[in-house]
Amino acid sequence: MDFETTKAQRAAASTKIVIAGGFGVGKSTLVGAVSEIDPLRTEALVTNESEGVDDLAAVPTKATTTVAMDFGRLTLAEDLVLYLFGTPGQRRFWFMWDDLCRGAIGAIVLVDVARLDESFSPLDYFESKGIPFIVAVNEFDGVPRYPAEEIAAALALPADVPIISLDARDREQAKGALVKITEYSLMRLRESLTVNAN
Amino acid sequence: MTPPHEPDDEAYTPRLIRSYTITAGRTATSVDLAMEATLRLQAGAEAPVLSYPAAQVLEVCDRRSVAEVSALTKMPIGVTRVLLGDLIEQGLVRIQATITEKTSTDERLELIERTLRGLRNY
Repeated sequence: MDFETTKAQRAAASTKIVIAGGFGVGKSTLVGAVSEIDPLRTEALVTNESEGVDDLAAVPTKATTTVAMDFGRLTLAEDLVLYLFGTPGQRRFWFMWDDLCRGAIGAIVLVDVARLDESFSPLDYFESKGIPFIVAVNEFDGVPRYPAEEIAAALALPADVPIISLDARDREQAKGALVKITEYSLMRLRESLTVNAN
Repeated sequence: MTPPHEPDDEAYTPRLIRSYTITAGRTATSVDLAMEATLRLQAGAEAPVLSYPAAQVLEVCDRRSVAEVSALTKMPIGVTRVLLGDLIEQGLVRIQATITEKTSTDERLELIERTLRGLRNY
C-alpha cells in the first residue's frame, strides 16, 4: 500500500452541519433547498419516559416510541460528502443532540423573529457544548424585519456569533448560510491554535 | 419513499415498535459509528448467510452513510448501527473516516477547508 492510498483513506470522507431551531421555523425547508436528494428521514427509538437514549436493555418491558430526524446530502467533491441534520426540536429529545453534534463542523440556529424565545434553548445548548454556531433569521413573508443588532441583543448572543437573514426556501441563500458557518468554524479553530501557540 | 415534507419533526406521530427483536435485544455495538460515517463494501469479501435485515443493510450500505442506511431500510438508527457493527466485524464492510474526538487539529482544519472549497463551488 503506497503512501497516497493510506493518506486518502485517513482523510475524512464525510462531515456534517446541524440545523437547529424551534418547531416550524423552516429546518426541513432549508435542508430541502440545498440537498441533492429529497430529504430522508431516520428514526431513533425512545422509551416513553425518554430517559436513557437507546438503552432499552435496562427497560425491556417499556413501550418505545420513535423520534424522527430529517437530513439531506451534498456531494462536495469526489471524496467528500456533507450531511445536513435537522435536530428534533422538542426539549425532551435533547439527549439525541449529543449524538447528532459529535464531530459536526457547526450548527445553524434558525430563528423566527415572531417566536424568538424558541431559539433560547438551542442557543444555550451549542454555547454550553462549545459547538460553533451562527444564527440565521428566516424571513417569513409578511413578518416585520428587525436590524441584526436588535435580534442579537434580544437573543443575548456573544459578540462574535455571526447573524444573517435568509429565505430558507432559496437554494443560494441556504448555501450562503452553510458557507458562513463553515467559515466561522474555521476561524474559531484557527483562533484556538493561535491562543495555544502563545 | 418518504414524501417531501414541510411538517417539522413534531408533527410526526410516534408509533409503537419492537425493532430490537431483529438484533436479539442488543442495543450497542463495539464499532463507533457516527450518523454521517460512510460505509464501503469490502472488495472480495465473501458474505456468509445473513439474516434478512442484515442482508438488507449490506445491500444498500455501499458509499452511503449510517443515517442513509437507516432511512433506506426503514430501520431505527440504533438497530442499523448494531447490524452495521456486525458486518464490519465480519469484515464485509469498512467505515470511512470522519471527525472524532481523536482527530488531530491539522486533519480537522484540512476537512473544514475542503468543505468550504466544496461549498463555494457547489
